[in-house]
Amino acid sequence: MPGIPRNAALVLAATASLALLTTACTGSSGTGATDDPNAGTTLTFWHGWSAPAEVKAVRANVDRFEKAHPNIKVKVVGNINDDKLNQALRAGGSNGPDVVSSFTTSNIGTFCSSGAFLDLEPFIEKSGLDLEATIPKPMLDYTRFEGTRCALPLLGDAYGLYYNKDAFEEAGITRPPKTWSEFSEVAEKLTEPRGDTYERLGFMPNYHGYETVVGHYMSQWDHAYFDADGKSNIARDPAFAEMFRYQKKLVDDLGGFAKLEKYRNTFGDEWGAEHPFHTGQVAMQLDGEWRLGMARDAGVDFEIGTAPLPVADDEVDEYGKGFLSGTIMGIAPQSKKQNAAWELVKYMTTDTEAVVSFANAIRNVPSTFEALESPDLKTDPAFKTFLDIARHPESSTPPASVNGSTYQTTLQDFGYQYESGKVKDLDAGLARTAKQIDRDIEQAK
Amino acid sequence: MPTHTLRAKHRTSTLRTLAFLSPWLVGFGVFFAYPLVSTLYFSLMRYDGFGVPEFRGAGNWTYVFQDYPMFWPALRNTLWLVLVMVTCRVVFGLGIGLLVTRIKTATGVFRTLFYLPYLAPPVAATLAFVFLLNPGTGPVNSALEGLGLPAPGWFTDAAWSKPALTALALWGVGDLMVIFMAALLDVPKEQYEAAALDGASPWQRFRFVTLPAISPIILFAVVTGVIQTMQYYTQPLVAGKVASGVIGGSGQQFEPGYPDKSTLTLPQLVHNLGFQRFDYGAACVVALVLFALSMAFTALLMRSRGGLIQAGDR
Repeated sequence: MPGIPRNAALVLAATASLALLTTACTGSSGTGATDDPNAGTTLTFWHGWSAPAEVKAVRANVDRFEKAHPNIKVKVVGNINDDKLNQALRAGGSNGPDVVSSFTTSNIGTFCSSGAFLDLEPFIEKSGLDLEATIPKPMLDYTRFEGTRCALPLLGDAYGLYYNKDAFEEAGITRPPKTWSEFSEVAEKLTEPRGDTYERLGFMPNYHGYETVVGHYMSQWDHAYFDADGKSNIARDPAFAEMFRYQKKLVDDLGGFAKLEKYRNTFGDEWGAEHPFHTGQVAMQLDGEWRLGMARDAGVDFEIGTAPLPVADDEVDEYGKGFLSGTIMGIAPQSKKQNAAWELVKYMTTDTEAVVSFANAIRNVPSTFEALESPDLKTDPAFKTFLDIARHPESSTPPASVNGSTYQTTLQDFGYQYESGKVKDLDAGLARTAKQIDRDIEQAK
Repeated sequence: MPTHTLRAKHRTSTLRTLAFLSPWLVGFGVFFAYPLVSTLYFSLMRYDGFGVPEFRGAGNWTYVFQDYPMFWPALRNTLWLVLVMVTCRVVFGLGIGLLVTRIKTATGVFRTLFYLPYLAPPVAATLAFVFLLNPGTGPVNSALEGLGLPAPGWFTDAAWSKPALTALALWGVGDLMVIFMAALLDVPKEQYEAAALDGASPWQRFRFVTLPAISPIILFAVVTGVIQTMQYYTQPLVAGKVASGVIGGSGQQFEPGYPDKSTLTLPQLVHNLGFQRFDYGAACVVALVLFALSMAFTALLMRSRGGLIQAGDR
């Protein structure tokens, strides 16, 4: 054979081999669980908690499970973020996890649609679990995608309003605001300007103000991110424009974007003791239930008040609702111990004693109806606010999408442009953003 | 000699050559050729890292170039950093190198002082810079305001975020200082003496003696600087995250580039597309753009190398 064709053949063969090798490296999913859940086995459970108290609480919960299931031992691995989790779920292998959890509820669309998390429906049916009667609807919503339930909620987070009761009293404010109009008045009343900064700010409305993100604001307006065809609805649903206009006006009324940003740069870390609500730099804060424990631990020198976030002026009857999120728990599809893994998932997510003990230990919101009502749940009036928000039928979480929370970050990005005044035409901006969201989703399908 | 004997000898020789080359060939194949071919392959597929890849043709390329809103800002930022940051680092590194080779007392102390920042972990160094340059509470702006000078927003201002990153890179220029110092100490003293006897000024001695002698090192510094800047990820990501205040709570996804996409770099897009959006195909497109840019810059610099040396030789 002449030299050139032989070389060409070699190159082709090498390329084909590489291509075959590459395609052979792709994952696959299956649901055949053949292990005996009553046989002696050891599961590996990966979770994301890292603080010593949280890690201890997870271990205590697992110890209770092992006591109830003496044949199953659990190896617990903490401080696992989604990057590590994804790599492990792709790679599989005997050292990979059997049971997994993630804080990123917004990735549920990807986890379910890709098969990264095992479909739990056959296990739920086999166990005869009535999820609708066990778990609040918003939490059921953020653990499934397009009919596939690949996770269950492992405690939840509810978002509400924190306020400085002393500052309220000082300003003659007798109760937390119920509507956004009232909220603006209260925020202005609590604000004490000092030159080009503030002695105290009533509320930091900017989208970079820690938890004051677009998604959390939107939960207080009746809205729909997508229409029936799955297309972005943000330019057509008037609730979005209403929220953006309200927030922009609040920014302007409290001193303007630049002044607020300058003040924001003096804030301490969101997760540290120097949080602006702790230090008294802001009198009100939109935040999750965890802030209560953090503020108390920081030793704040004022009385803390909690309330649901305000609602749109024409939605007063829905006052009490809020944004919900939380941790999700599922099974690795590559696990050879799926039946045993299900026992752990079922126990940790639906057993009342397990849920209540864990919620008490890490001060999160329980994720089952029974646990929310349990007399063993340690609560007080301030924390009860968040339990009520979690139970409220109108509380919501953004819908799952095939590309995770990309649509929310795209909308949030638009929010930065609008609040800073870089984008003036709100309607045109929302239309452009909707188009971008649709294109991103099309790309992900 | 019979033809078949010649062929056998030739084959033996070829096999021996391949045997000697095999360690490199294996390394090249496993760590370069295979990933490159894979990246090219996946850039044409829809692949989320879990399922079976599906052929998408040029779809990922069209998305990245036309519809992905972060691509062009990231490309512009990366090119800005390549042109400005690399140039500043080489000039500054050479300047510090010249300085420390001329210092006659406490040389060890100065060399250590200039080198030490390079050893600081990138995350810690970036955090320190963000806090030092915090427009609200940082000591730098307090000092500037105290002097009646304008206080920039640094990492919170889109116009100042890249210069702030450049300042951070200049602070850690110890690696270049060391190689320039070694190169400068290696220039034959006789050449300086001869130039001085011919009446060359200090600038002429630098221009016609020092520069030609160290031009291969300058080229090395520029090429490695360009490649490092193409991979610039940790510092802009950490700076953006910390300065924005959005560290990410439960259920949140962080979008890089704060403020106003000004700290976006191409490697951040690879992470955003591949590991946040699970779109490996589009991530591979960005990776290939990075590869092509690195190759183009390196080729351009290698071609210009001859010119640099010739200019010095004149």
